[in-house]
Amino acid sequence: MALLAFHNITKSFGPLVANDDISLSLEKGDVIALLGENGAGKTTLMNILYGHYTADTGHIEVDGKQLPSGQTDAAIKAGIGMVHQHFTLAENLTVLENIMLGTESLWSLSQKQSAAKAKLAKMSEDYGLKINPDARVADLSVGERQRVEILKALYRDARVLILDEPTAVLTPQEADSLFKTLKSLTEQGFAIIFISHKLHEILQISTRVEVLRRGKIVGSVATIDADRAMLAEMMVGRKVERPSLEAMDCGKPIVRLNNVTLRDAGRKVSKVPKLDQVNLTIHQHEIIGIAGVAGNGQSALADLLSGLSIPNEGTFELLDVPVTQASPSNIVRRGVGRIPEDRHSSGVVGEMALWENLISEDLRNAPVSKAGIVIDRKACIERTNDLIERFDIRCEGPDAETKLLSGGNMQKLILARALAPEPAFILANQPVRGLDEGAIAYVHEQLLAARKRGAGILLISEDLDELFSLCDRICVMYHGKLTQPYDAKSVSTSQVGLMMAGQDLRQTQDQMPEISNTPVKESSHAD
Amino acid sequence: MQIEPREYVAPWRIVFAPFAAVIVSLGLGSILILWVGASVSEAYLLLVKGALGSSFALTETLTRSIPLIFTGLAATIAFRARFYNIGAEGQLYCGALAATFFGTGLIVLPPLLMIPFLMLVGALAGGAALAIPVMLKTHLKVDEVVTTLLLNFVILLFVGYFLEGPLKDPMSMGWPQAEPIIDEGLFPSLVDKSRLHFGFIFAIIGSVLCWAMMRFTVWGYEIRAVGLNTSAAKFSGINVNTTVIRTAVISGGLAGLAGVSEVAGLKGYLTLDISPGFGYTGIAVAMLAQLNPLAVILSAIFISMIYVGADSMSRAINIPTYIADVLVGLSVLSILVSVMLTKYRLRWR
Repeated sequence: MALLAFHNITKSFGPLVANDDISLSLEKGDVIALLGENGAGKTTLMNILYGHYTADTGHIEVDGKQLPSGQTDAAIKAGIGMVHQHFTLAENLTVLENIMLGTESLWSLSQKQSAAKAKLAKMSEDYGLKINPDARVADLSVGERQRVEILKALYRDARVLILDEPTAVLTPQEADSLFKTLKSLTEQGFAIIFISHKLHEILQISTRVEVLRRGKIVGSVATIDADRAMLAEMMVGRKVERPSLEAMDCGKPIVRLNNVTLRDAGRKVSKVPKLDQVNLTIHQHEIIGIAGVAGNGQSALADLLSGLSIPNEGTFELLDVPVTQASPSNIVRRGVGRIPEDRHSSGVVGEMALWENLISEDLRNAPVSKAGIVIDRKACIERTNDLIERFDIRCEGPDAETKLLSGGNMQKLILARALAPEPAFILANQPVRGLDEGAIAYVHEQLLAARKRGAGILLISEDLDELFSLCDRICVMYHGKLTQPYDAKSVSTSQVGLMMAGQDLRQTQDQMPEISNTPVKESSHAD
Repeated sequence: MQIEPREYVAPWRIVFAPFAAVIVSLGLGSILILWVGASVSEAYLLLVKGALGSSFALTETLTRSIPLIFTGLAATIAFRARFYNIGAEGQLYCGALAATFFGTGLIVLPPLLMIPFLMLVGALAGGAALAIPVMLKTHLKVDEVVTTLLLNFVILLFVGYFLEGPLKDPMSMGWPQAEPIIDEGLFPSLVDKSRLHFGFIFAIIGSVLCWAMMRFTVWGYEIRAVGLNTSAAKFSGINVNTTVIRTAVISGGLAGLAGVSEVAGLKGYLTLDISPGFGYTGIAVAMLAQLNPLAVILSAIFISMIYVGADSMSRAINIPTYIADVLVGLSVLSILVSVMLTKYRLRWR
């Protein structure tokens, strides 16, 4: 009998069918990988399992017994443990307190501490999850926090662990250690559902891959029989082709960062600056990629380049003129186009109309407003109609509410706002996160077109494949420091991976290709 | 029971919500009326009659709505930018104090200039009263709900000091009241033999101007953007602090106008009881109007109707006037629930 079985699960949100007749089952020791693009329905399925949502039809069985729908506590009791992508830990409590929280009654929290500690110690021992139970969560590294999340699930006697994109925040080394833990758990009879869109991880850890596309299971293969290309094709539904970079001589420098250091604003001054002595030059006709594990200073760099902050030390020069004032409107006026990391929280105002979001960067200029006072609605709508057509934004019209747009169309809206004025420099921070392949290709085309017309582009991404296929040169961020730029065709993915984990490759110089700090003049990677 | 977001919010729901809220609050209020042993239909009939039943009642209701329109607008504009100004009461008194200071003989102008001048200084005083809380918010991140609320009591004591001291009317037989506003500064009457004054016209003009500002101007755009998504507003280059400060000054100014209109339009002189909490009721007005400046007019008239009607109802049958406060409170609670229900649906199982 299967440990956990989904039977014909269907769930729709209005016209959108998030899960369409999904059936799958897993046994003890299985690691099922749920593979799918953003919006394929992976998270919805897990939310149904965990009782956050109720399925429209179908049911779930654990050990042959039907799981009551829509009840999280029933799911926990049945042995389902969820490790969320975004940790659900209270930072100012200790590891032990976090694990007991929500498990033990609050009345007896203090009395049961020693028993809980013993149980936790035994679990740490059994599964090789080392952690100090009295450490404050705020002091733990990301990898350790994830360990606490796993222990929390195990403490509640979980037998099936769900891990939602568990490696998104980990360095390759931390990910390796996570995989070791998972291996040892499955050997002891646990079953694991592993949600990811990173193919190499899935091939490494899972026993079976279930591919989801548009809410349906489109393929189910034993991992031994699978390879990368096949999984990618199944996930996307067609052969995936990455754009190729046209060879081009880079022109004059557009952005220059000289020894830029940026510290935390406000009262809480951390010891480590957010940006530490960063040097970077971006020229015309080139795309520079920033690789790095999330949270190593990429946001700080993006804030600086989008005009939200200015360096504490060092200089930031835009077209040879230093930027001395933290002012997004000023930097836009000086020729910077910005694609923010999170389009919902900082890209658009969802409750405002399309046309209103398109004018947000030049409210006080003609023709958007007359004398900077009254908005010229007619002119704005005209401009919006024009951009809707040029950037192929699928919408009901310029008056439609922006939050109703799909992710790809919302990103096109932001592209239209940022790229239509033909900026000299473009900051693209995670520009394709959460988009489907069609929209990804569109964004990449637009960036390449901008490169062709002479813009300098900085592309921040966590996806190394994207960086390698799109960038002329790649730098790596680690703990606020930026490496020198490496020519994208003479550095390997694994070398970049090592640098992402903080290894200094200059110490092993002989393994590295010849690297120069001067811009690559003779780029010839038309592959 | 489960709460699920609606994929599509029909416009009729948004229009219908405040009316549903009013009906629900009257329904809940009837429980209290039954409790004291009165007839619900009779009580509500008396309430409507007392508020609208005669030209006297009607003009009283409209007169009472004037300060509520101004304070309702003050809350509307501020809340749109997510600046929670709970201090309209204090700003109202600041406006009244400024009108008294300049309008009791210090400056004499012909009425055509005197009235706008008094309104200007009152608005400036109301706006200035918000300067401290808004600066504390933008520069030190101090919560404005606390500062604006507490400043109300400070301002009231400050006004009390002026009425007992420098501005006290020597002819007042010892009462703490200021000298009367000079004739040039008094708002003309709107309807003969009633207390309804020109302030009503000013309030309507104010509502239309606020509506136009929110809808057609860069300032209005910035206020909405900052209120709806501060970080997106900031990212796109809107100066959030400037916008919040500007919004606060406008909001305080509107509340100050409520004070000017009470002093120069209705009472003629400043006392410590010109406002029975108009500043606070303004919040209810704004909520009931769903932060729409034009709807503020209707919402203020409705709430003033309840207050005026409840007065005469309680005189006719034995129901305490507090029923008005209860009804207004209930209508605010019901509007919050019904606005939520326009966006979400409840699913029972």
